[in-house]
Amino acid sequence: MAQNDIRYLTPINIEIKKEKYCRFKKSGIKFVDYKDADFLLKLINEQGKILPRRITGTSAKFQKKVNKAIKRARHIAVLPYVADGLK
Amino acid sequence: MNNYETVFILTPVLSEDQAKEAVVKYEDQIKALGGKINHSETWGLKKLAYQIQKKSTGFYFLVEYAGEGNIVAELELAFKRDERVMRFLTVKMDKHHKTWADKRVERNIKGKTIVGATV
Repeated sequence: MAQNDIRYLTPINIEIKKEKYCRFKKSGIKFVDYKDADFLLKLINEQGKILPRRITGTSAKFQKKVNKAIKRARHIAVLPYVADGLK
Repeated sequence: MNNYETVFILTPVLSEDQAKEAVVKYEDQIKALGGKINHSETWGLKKLAYQIQKKSTGFYFLVEYAGEGNIVAELELAFKRDERVMRFLTVKMDKHHKTWADKRVERNIKGKTIVGATV
């Protein structure tokens, strides 16, 4: 047996990075509706804060639209400005 | 000519008929100013996400119309003067918004109460 053949008792965990994708580009959504609270709920956290791109994977182009839609939804009281335990 | 979409919330103090009367008044105002109403609907008495003027519910209405920008100015002025209107939001519709809205109308034509029969 070769000397440099390293063997482990338990297989080491190699993190496989899950590729993020933009849900809008993937499903071909061109417009983010500010009236649709159920959909926008996916893009905010339980305090009602907008989730960053680095977590949702949304592209820059659509993150801008998402931000605008959420802010509009807050104005017409479809989404709260501040919340606790939204999910 | 632009397409606009206005959402406004009326106080829950009003009765259904009074609320409808107010909506008809605004629709007539749009028409009087040379606008064309494409679609109008009500979401009924809906719970607000937060309190507005110490009220936790409100009558939601949505009106889609085409016309010049002066309609928006006039309409918003009327909203501000009207005590029955708690909140309003007017959005200029771009082409994606318009196609989305048209599809949405087709999808929701059943199950939702259409206020004015203007299609």
